[in-house]
Amino acid sequence: MNFSAKQILGVAVFLLVIFVGVPMFIAATGRWDFYFTLTSVALLAIASAGVWLTFYIGRINIGQGAFALVGAYVSAILVVKAGWSFWISLPAAGLFAALVAVLLGLPILRLRGVYFAMITLVLTQVATLTALALPITNGAKGITNIPLPSGVSLFGLTLIPDFGQLENTRMAFYFTACILMIITYAALYRLVNSRLGHLCRSMQQNEELASSIGVNITYIRILIFAISSFFGGIGGAMFGSISQSVYPATFVVKDSVDFMLNCFLGGLGYVFGPMLGTLLIYFGWDLLFEFGKYQLLIYSTILIVVIRFLPDGLLSIRFGKGEKK
Amino acid sequence: MSALLQIKNVTKKYGGLTANNDISFDVAENEILSVIGPNGAGKSTLFKMISSFVPTTSGEVLYRGERISNLKPHTVARKGVVRTFQETTIFKSMTVRESVVVAQHLRAKASLAGYFWGSKTARQDVESFGRYADELLEFLGMDSIADELASNLPQGNLRALGIAIGLATDPKVLLLDEPFAGMNHDETMRMVDLVRSVRDERGVTVMLVEHDMPAVMKISDRIVVLNFGEKIAEGSPSEIQNNEKVIEAYLGSADDEIGM
Ligand SMILES: Nc1ncnc2c1ncn2[C@@H]1O[C@H](COP(=O)(O)OP(=O)(O)OP(=O)(O)O)[C@@H](O)[C@H]1O
Ligand SMILES: [Mg+2]
Repeated sequence: MNFSAKQILGVAVFLLVIFVGVPMFIAATGRWDFYFTLTSVALLAIASAGVWLTFYIGRINIGQGAFALVGAYVSAILVVKAGWSFWISLPAAGLFAALVAVLLGLPILRLRGVYFAMITLVLTQVATLTALALPITNGAKGITNIPLPSGVSLFGLTLIPDFGQLENTRMAFYFTACILMIITYAALYRLVNSRLGHLCRSMQQNEELASSIGVNITYIRILIFAISSFFGGIGGAMFGSISQSVYPATFVVKDSVDFMLNCFLGGLGYVFGPMLGTLLIYFGWDLLFEFGKYQLLIYSTILIVVIRFLPDGLLSIRFGKGEKK
Repeated sequence: MSALLQIKNVTKKYGGLTANNDISFDVAENEILSVIGPNGAGKSTLFKMISSFVPTTSGEVLYRGERISNLKPHTVARKGVVRTFQETTIFKSMTVRESVVVAQHLRAKASLAGYFWGSKTARQDVESFGRYADELLEFLGMDSIADELASNLPQGNLRALGIAIGLATDPKVLLLDEPFAGMNHDETMRMVDLVRSVRDERGVTVMLVEHDMPAVMKISDRIVVLNFGEKIAEGSPSEIQNNEKVIEAYLGSADDEIGM
């Protein structure tokens, strides 16, 4: 793949801002809480990337909260009850979420449009209720006191420091989340621009024609839904580790809706859309806090206006029509 | 005559309506066979069963002796039996060239993961898809519109794009459902020549449904006629033109004429 000088510059600036700019800003202002905020944004952006991917095969996914919750619980249980290292529980959480997605996807991915959207909307609630009911998830009490990620070393060389020993855990989590987010979006970019992405586009535009040219649409749908949920599981697991606790209400229906809105707001045509959308929605919601009981009203109005007048998302302003990043 | 495709006692019922009733005929390798009949005769239904887009109620379709009916459309496409649609079906927001590239995916040698990591085989595939797309579009005389967005094309070109997409899959049997609809006389005649050269130069066996009788008579080696779901005749263009039953069927319907 060939990247233009502009793209390379853009990525360089972005990396510089998150790995140098932000820490410097925080050190200067003393706003350490910003680390937690930005870490959350990065993790939510990972989950949103998954939702964006299901949009890419023409399905509106309002169920990512369920997979984030599954990921959070799997990691917590593996770390607390089975004594696994967090760093192994993290991919395991993603894979488990993907497995759940395959099992659920087989029946529900046949549905299209609003029917699929409604079913996924219910999923989050089902996940919460399941977490309340199962013995292993500890019901409403949830899983608390999850130890911080332990260190990883290979041949005496410390690859990842023990988070418990670190002076600045918040910064460590921030860096970890940012790195995961970058890997996620790099993978997403690659996927979209490889054959799988092209097959997804063909399905999004015309499933019948896609199957007439030999695309196994059932398989691709399930594969994509699994990858999407893998991202959800990873985001959720990391989130649980940072808050050191998981409850049935750690991810609720509103989170699922937000993941979807992040994609809409940023732009469904742009791989990096959900990242921008997550940032804006997260901060937008907080900023509107001042308006008290009108918070939700103003928030919803702004979103409706944006979706009405910028159906291709905020990034369409910069990139113009049709162009893809 | 060795049969490449065998339609054997195929019946399709939609509730009380019998869209195809006990249809049987063979299609030889390298043949151009047209299926004609008045509106609602069951032509599209037959094509949909051959390509496994709908299951048969009874009977089966064999390709090289192997059953291809009642499977999945993509499985049949993989075996080399590919259909185009009566309705205009395209990938709206792809360019002509992108559509033809994506339609070649069955010829991919690298796995999906190989494409993700950018393996050598994958890069070779991508290059060969591009080359073949250019070649195919030139062959179809569509190279000048290669970079047009499909949704911006006029009706005549949309049909051609549908055929290009079908051809890009490298089919052994191509089922064209009303390929000349929406084309004027000149465009139709050009397409007729093109379909013939697809058969001659690429060894593709072609089945087509068409209402444009002069085109059907010109293009077909053999013709099968359906009426109310029944096969009423089968034979060469001249045999069909002089067949009593066929003339009757066509005289009976107001909006069609056999053009003799
Ligand atoms: N999915 C369906 N459900 C019920 N009836 C159907 C269905 N598809 C087709 N039919 C009926 O089957 C009959 C044959 O339809 P078909 O589309 O095969 O006709 P056709 O010969 O292709 O006609 P045309 O020349 O108008 O395209 C028609 O009476 C049609 O209404
Ligand atoms: Mg028809």
